[in-house]
Amino acid sequence: MPNVLAILEQRSGDIKRVSHEVLTAARVLADGMGGEVHGLVVGGPGVATDGLGAFGADKVLVASDASLANYQADRYAGIAADQVRKGSYAAALVSATALGKDLAPRVAARLACPFVSDVTDVKYDGAIIVTRPVYAGKANITLKISATPCVISVRSNAVTPKANAKAGSVESVAVSGGEPRARTVEIKHPERAAIDVAEASIVVSGGRGLKGPENFKLIEDLASALNAAVGASRAVVDAGWRPHAEQVGQTGKTVSPNLYFAIGISGAIQHLAGMRTAKTIVAINKDPDAPIFKVADYGIVGDLFEVLPKLTEEIRKAREG
Amino acid sequence: MKIAVCVKRVPDSEARIKIDASGKAIDEGGVKFVLNPYEEFAVEEALKLKEAAGSGEVVVISAGSDASQETIRTALAMGADRGVLLKTDHIPLDPLPVAKALAAELAEGGYDLIFFGKLAIDDYSHGIGPMVAELLSLPCVSAIAALQIANGKGKAEREIEGGVEVVEFPLPAVLTTDKGLNEPRYPALRGIMLAKKKPLDVKDVALETGGLDVLSLSYPPERKAGRIVGEGAAAVPALVDALKNEAKVL
Ligand SMILES: Cc1cc2nc3c(=O)[nH]c(=O)nc-3n(C[C@H](O)[C@H](O)[C@H](O)COP(=O)(O)OP(=O)(O)OC[C@H]3O[C@@H](n4cnc5c(N)ncnc54)[C@H](O)[C@@H]3O)c2cc1C
Ligand SMILES: Nc1ncnc2c1ncn2[C@@H]1O[C@H](COP(=O)(O)O)[C@@H](O)[C@H]1O
Repeated sequence: MPNVLAILEQRSGDIKRVSHEVLTAARVLADGMGGEVHGLVVGGPGVATDGLGAFGADKVLVASDASLANYQADRYAGIAADQVRKGSYAAALVSATALGKDLAPRVAARLACPFVSDVTDVKYDGAIIVTRPVYAGKANITLKISATPCVISVRSNAVTPKANAKAGSVESVAVSGGEPRARTVEIKHPERAAIDVAEASIVVSGGRGLKGPENFKLIEDLASALNAAVGASRAVVDAGWRPHAEQVGQTGKTVSPNLYFAIGISGAIQHLAGMRTAKTIVAINKDPDAPIFKVADYGIVGDLFEVLPKLTEEIRKAREG
Repeated sequence: MKIAVCVKRVPDSEARIKIDASGKAIDEGGVKFVLNPYEEFAVEEALKLKEAAGSGEVVVISAGSDASQETIRTALAMGADRGVLLKTDHIPLDPLPVAKALAAELAEGGYDLIFFGKLAIDDYSHGIGPMVAELLSLPCVSAIAALQIANGKGKAEREIEGGVEVVEFPLPAVLTTDKGLNEPRYPALRGIMLAKKKPLDVKDVALETGGLDVLSLSYPPERKAGRIVGEGAAAVPALVDALKNEAKVL
């Protein structure tokens, strides 16, 4: 049967929201082929798997062991590849997060099958057809996958999760043993847990227009009023004002939030590469000819030092009211 | 320390992309090609490790057309010792055939470390490094932002959402490099002169076609024209109103 395996990501025992997106994409393919969607959760004991049926999982397969609580690349890849073989799946899908970007090519290599990363659209039309951005978002490519199985990673925030109630019955699957070749020994968390730019539905980014690291307080205040993540241009990351984890763009993160603020950012092509698929873009810049205004849905021409405090205040009011 | 660095020739990030008459590929005419930026971090790290070890060799490997010799020479100009071009006129989009060709070349080399960039900025696939590692059954850490190597063992850090993963592994190993790992050096004039004389082997390879067929290449939909809601702080209420009632994102 042409079933689809959706590899679902957990961190610290919680299934991540992007997993609903993967289930939704898997459902599109399974419905096209007349098959089922099986979710695969690899993790430590006690991962909360309820609610996955609501997003289209016919079955949820759980591979759990204390040694798997953190991502262990070799073991996760081994378990996923075994499962694809055992279940003769037509495709395995995973979200293109830090974990998925690492895991997907490994699974594909183990299965010696085609791999397509970071797709923004999937459909079934006699074969699996996927679309993905290439050349830093300057073009989109549509590909037909002519071999089975295949491994596909799905860009975060590109697929809108759809409720689609299925049984979601939970089954445990055997955990293959073996020493990992490389071992994750620790996960370091920053003291102040920030929302990650790659996952946030609202991102407030600042650039060289902020003039200095101390002024990022203005960006942080707006982000906090919006419950948003802070992003940054490369110029301010290279200057050491902000950590690399916040960089948006070609050599930083690719984000597709619902709402993106580019503040004191000129809009260089390499910055646009990371955020042009945001649903709504707002630019604040004192230069009316800044290229960022070409992609922005809404712009304010002005001095960010005057605009930001007022904007933060008005947003606080709007969100309360 | 014997180190390999796999490098790709890609269109410069500033390049304007024009789709050719077939509608399935880009028109390469007039496009400037460069060493994929992520490989600058890979070459730098390899050179630093060789320098720290006091001896060794850094070998640069690329699969591509003859034009990739120039890309290899860029890495040689940074200080790598020699190059290998796996010559093929067509690089399929399916990463598996490319990974297989690189793995076949690397398997013979007796390398302690094999470096890749985290992703190629043309296909954004972030696939080849981990695939080669799997094909060679080697430990692999992808997208590393910090690295320590000592006594045949390594420890690397990679950024994940909201944190950093610390991974330990024995050598030989495969690593893919992220920005932040180091500050790549620029080839000095002397390096560029020396690079011209460094050995560069050209080997013909035949890649499998892979399991992906291109249906079409297209320009992304234009973003619908936006508007300037106003100037200065006075425009804030209009912006908030538009976000709330028009875009409905607040
Ligand atoms: C290979 C490569 C990869 C790259 N990758 C990335 C990447 O991943 N991400 C990235 O961002 N860049 C990247 N870049 C760099 C990119 O080309 C730009 O240099 C960078 O994005 C510029 O950052 P910026 O917009 O903050 O600074 P600038 O270009 O200096 O822009 C500052 C802006 O602030 C405005 N401004 C100044 N003062 C004020 C004020 N008081 N109020 C309002 N506005 C003000 C100015 O009008 C200007 O538009 C890359 C470059 C290369 C070559
Ligand atoms: N044709 C190639 N020849 C050599 N190395 C390559 C080639 N294509 C990709 N790579 C390497 O694999 C990395 C990831 O590429 P990709 O999987 O295409 O995003 C690149 O950063 C390079 O280090």
